[in-house]
Amino acid sequence: MTAGKYFVLLGVAAFGAIGDTLLARGMKSFGAVAPSQIFHLLSAVLNPWVFLGIFFLLAFMSAYLSALSWADLTYVLPATAFGYVFIAVIARFLLHEHISPVRWLGIVLITAGVGFVAGGPESSSTKKTGGTESALSTAGTRP
Amino acid sequence: MTHFYAWLGVFLIVVTSTTGDCLLARAMKQVGDLGALRKQRGIAQTILRVLRTPSLMLGIAFMALSFFSLLFALSWGDVSMVGPASASLTFVANAFAAKLFLHERVDRRRWTAAVFVAAGVFLLAG
Repeated sequence: MTAGKYFVLLGVAAFGAIGDTLLARGMKSFGAVAPSQIFHLLSAVLNPWVFLGIFFLLAFMSAYLSALSWADLTYVLPATAFGYVFIAVIARFLLHEHISPVRWLGIVLITAGVGFVAGGPESSSTKKTGGTESALSTAGTRP
Repeated sequence: MTHFYAWLGVFLIVVTSTTGDCLLARAMKQVGDLGALRKQRGIAQTILRVLRTPSLMLGIAFMALSFFSLLFALSWGDVSMVGPASASLTFVANAFAAKLFLHERVDRRRWTAAVFVAAGVFLLAG
């Protein structure tokens, strides 16, 4: 896998996490919306935080679709979860928020899960091609 | 009954978002490597090619359904239950769906990862 592809996966994790955080920040200042005023939600787009959040979520979608074009769904999805780790680390070290031991355990589990997948091939079809190549080379060496 | 509707909401989120993810993944496999396509035909043609894929549009429609299911679930249950439960169950459901419908080779390494990530998300979001 090339460095560019790792950057795309990093984008999937970072853009999704940043987008979600911006939306949450925007909706907190926008206030609760009653079900009877559901169309009032449309004006939430004009909130600067929400607007910026949507921009980041569009970037997330481009990176996500790009990653799915060359990697398996079961390879890309753990990368999206890695975004939660980003948010927790930013909250701890930049915003100095307290992170409970249970949450640290969650961070360790996600990181380990991402590590498991990242160590393997990104696509089942790549694996199959590899298998065919080795089968061909074995066939070639036969007398 | 409140509890029932909240879990019904979680079930709907898991089903719609897993279907959406699988459709998006299938669409992008049909299109092929976007990086290579962009080098060959340019960015405008690549975007057009992606937007013209029917399963992509269907996938996005399911993602929208999943978003409304989330709103439904949140109106009946607490965010501390709905968020982690739906996110972690979706990871495991996606591993099953990818194996069944996308015929991905979900080996022991990927099963372990799906379970670890699901457990991690549950603990982190809870």
